[in-house]
Amino acid sequence: MADDAPEMPDATPDATHGAQTAQSTVPQHTSPQHTSRSTLAVAATYLKPAAVTALVALLLCIPLIALKTDAGGTGLILTQRWDWVATLVGLAFIGRLFIEIFMATQRIRARILLTLGAFIVICITLTILRWPEIQKFVASGGGDGRSLMPIITHIAMAIVAMILLRGLIQATGARAGILAPSPPSAPTITSASEQPKPDTAETQSTGEWLRTIAMWSLGPALAVFALTLPFNPYSDRYIMDLAILVLTYVMLGWGLNIVVGLAGLLDLGYVAFYAVGAYSYALLAQYFGFGFWICLPLAGILAAFWGVILGFPVLRLRGDYLAIVTLAFGEIVRVVLLNWYQFTGGPDGLSNIPRPSFFGLEFSRWPKEGQETFHSFFGLDYSSLHRIIFLYYIILALAFVTNYVTIRLRRLPIGRAWEAMREDEIACKSLGINTVTTKLSAFAIGAMFGGFAGSFFATKQGFISPESFVFLESAIILAIVVLGGMGSQIGIAIAAILLIGGLEYLRDVGFLSVLFGEGFDPKQWRMVIFGALMVAVMVWRPRGLIGNRTPAVVLKEHKSISADLVQEGHG
Amino acid sequence: MEYFVQQLINGVTLGSIYGLIAIGYTMVYGIIGMINFAHGDIFMIGAFIALIFMLMIGITGATSLLFLLFALLVVLALAMLLTAAWGWTVERLAYRPLRGSFRLAPLISAIGMSTFLFNLIQNIQGARVKPVPPIITGGYTIMEGNGFSVIVSNMQIVIVITTITLMAIFSYIIAATPLGRAQRACEQDRTMAALTGVNVDRTISLTFVIGAALAAVAGMLYLLYYGVIDFYIGFLAGIKAFTAAVLGGIGSLPGAMLGGLIIGLIEVFWSGYFSTEYKDVAAFSILAIVLIFMPSGLLGRPEIEKV
Repeated sequence: MADDAPEMPDATPDATHGAQTAQSTVPQHTSPQHTSRSTLAVAATYLKPAAVTALVALLLCIPLIALKTDAGGTGLILTQRWDWVATLVGLAFIGRLFIEIFMATQRIRARILLTLGAFIVICITLTILRWPEIQKFVASGGGDGRSLMPIITHIAMAIVAMILLRGLIQATGARAGILAPSPPSAPTITSASEQPKPDTAETQSTGEWLRTIAMWSLGPALAVFALTLPFNPYSDRYIMDLAILVLTYVMLGWGLNIVVGLAGLLDLGYVAFYAVGAYSYALLAQYFGFGFWICLPLAGILAAFWGVILGFPVLRLRGDYLAIVTLAFGEIVRVVLLNWYQFTGGPDGLSNIPRPSFFGLEFSRWPKEGQETFHSFFGLDYSSLHRIIFLYYIILALAFVTNYVTIRLRRLPIGRAWEAMREDEIACKSLGINTVTTKLSAFAIGAMFGGFAGSFFATKQGFISPESFVFLESAIILAIVVLGGMGSQIGIAIAAILLIGGLEYLRDVGFLSVLFGEGFDPKQWRMVIFGALMVAVMVWRPRGLIGNRTPAVVLKEHKSISADLVQEGHG
Repeated sequence: MEYFVQQLINGVTLGSIYGLIAIGYTMVYGIIGMINFAHGDIFMIGAFIALIFMLMIGITGATSLLFLLFALLVVLALAMLLTAAWGWTVERLAYRPLRGSFRLAPLISAIGMSTFLFNLIQNIQGARVKPVPPIITGGYTIMEGNGFSVIVSNMQIVIVITTITLMAIFSYIIAATPLGRAQRACEQDRTMAALTGVNVDRTISLTFVIGAALAAVAGMLYLLYYGVIDFYIGFLAGIKAFTAAVLGGIGSLPGAMLGGLIIGLIEVFWSGYFSTEYKDVAAFSILAIVLIFMPSGLLGRPEIEKV
């Protein structure tokens, strides 16, 4: 807490400045009053909430963080960790102070300066607090590969990522439709993406053009990047594995998007269909000896079937209740998989799931009796990477199919009905839309893609167990859809890259453990950060990073969702 | 018969714990119409705080009865207070900024909060299970026959008495205090309540605080009853308590208690007579069946849909 002292003089000028700008919006006659306020009083208005926050943080930390229960000789013993509490309380204080001043500051430039200032203050505070560790760290030359260079790279990468993200949000805007170009429909009904801008005062400036270009080129650029990734010189085994993982989540996100983003049915048990797909393939292969390419459609059909089975009973439910029942359904599927030992192998799972073949060519070093392998057929040297690249293209193709089908479905009556149902179910019914088939089709098609992804997951892993299909997976997929802005295809792809890439990235940020002590293992804190991020995104941008809830069609005039409907309170 | 009576007693005990958690769900749902998904984790946090204070004071089964009673009450009060602080903070950070946002936003935020909380506890308190020696021991044999004796343990008596006492206190608060009146007003119409001078934000915060405090009691009773907790108890207990709240009719306090008892009994009888593995499936199936066929629950008011 002592380190907060040098921050105060720093904050005071900003605070007065902030107050002035904030006051300038209110009627003039209050300004004489304002100028008479002393600097100290202004500082107090910011310091008081910060102190309260710090106090609450202290209260929260006292039992749970200050004292850790460890297994001792005879029973549990308590280990004390007051340094953690001090750090957290300090961070809470600075954080609240920062938010208070940030909110009071109006000008963008002042806000940027303020952010930089806060960043530097936190860096200095941490450096002072952890000085012995940092000294040791530098003296040891960074130790096992953790030199100072990565720290700078990490920070630079973080800054670049933030600028890109910011640009992306600005470029896409709240009402830009960044889906694939749509053919014009009836004369009075035009597609949202082609809707001319309303006649407002703003003119088409260069910035506007840049935005349009960025908007339209983003999708194709990502697609080209994805297609050429295996031939990229940087792509090694690790990158390819990560890319496969990300694409699996992109596909799951797009699948769930049909249910949540388009039809507006909050499904918390999506992982059940993923599990159904995976187990369908594994069991069909085990009991009937079917190959991947026969099982893939079968797994999709089975998952869709289960989607309908779930859909029927929950037809009458909406919103929160629907979410809870789907969550219960997901858990039921998992518990059954876990306990039906004779059939599913229970917690041991199923192993030796066959790999996919390339038109009958195996990806193995030695061919089976009377068969040829991939590398001998094409006259290549054997490389284990071939199989990985093949898997990569399978999931990429599957993801593209999902995307294409979704985009086409949005143009069909059924897709329109989904979106109409999302916006207003009662209005939908009164217009004669059959909400039963609309809901069931959304569940079935969403589940089908989940089944495809599950089947792919099974063949990629070669081993599946109920461990892979816990509720957390559903939460991650949902987070991707929400983060991407429900309904936006490209938003979901970017969200999957950010989230899965970010979670993966947190695995090897070694220097964080130097800053936060040896007990800090970024691997374990990944899910904590993930949860906090989910809350933060909801609070900050409830419509997702790249909000796109615009309906695919609008009648005559485009009404954008006004800000007061989307959020309440500050910024 | 003896086996049945024993299961009945166990079921009522478990049901009391579920009922206490369910009150938190039902009050929050009644007042702001959202499922506080993180409530199960608040219950888990309550159990952990109680565990830490119990270790700090050094309660073991060997101390004198008077000291034990006093110490347990102190632990209970501290656990309620600090868990309430967690409940308040969760509401302030994750739900209040989203008031007035679209309907699913608070739910998604709550899922994030739940993920955050249980992973946080897993990290700061360790993933291992935390065992405590039995503190309240002994019991009474009330029936005997066929070589099977029915035992009511002192712990079970404590749980049921605590639950009944707290239920009485909180029913009184809702029925007869200004806070309770404000709460019921907010439940009916938030805008109108604000117009008549009710501080809506404060009332909602207090609802969360009360819910968290009751969850802390449930957490401490769970710890004393089972003698072992880990960071994952909140998830299952949370879903079952929510099922209880729905079964009893969401928004209704006696309903939550009744639902809790029914869920507890079903779970215990299911594991006693059928299979232990599928007891969770039984609870989840009941949740689905109740929501589909009886969305307003046993004691709830039917929801009127406004166009």
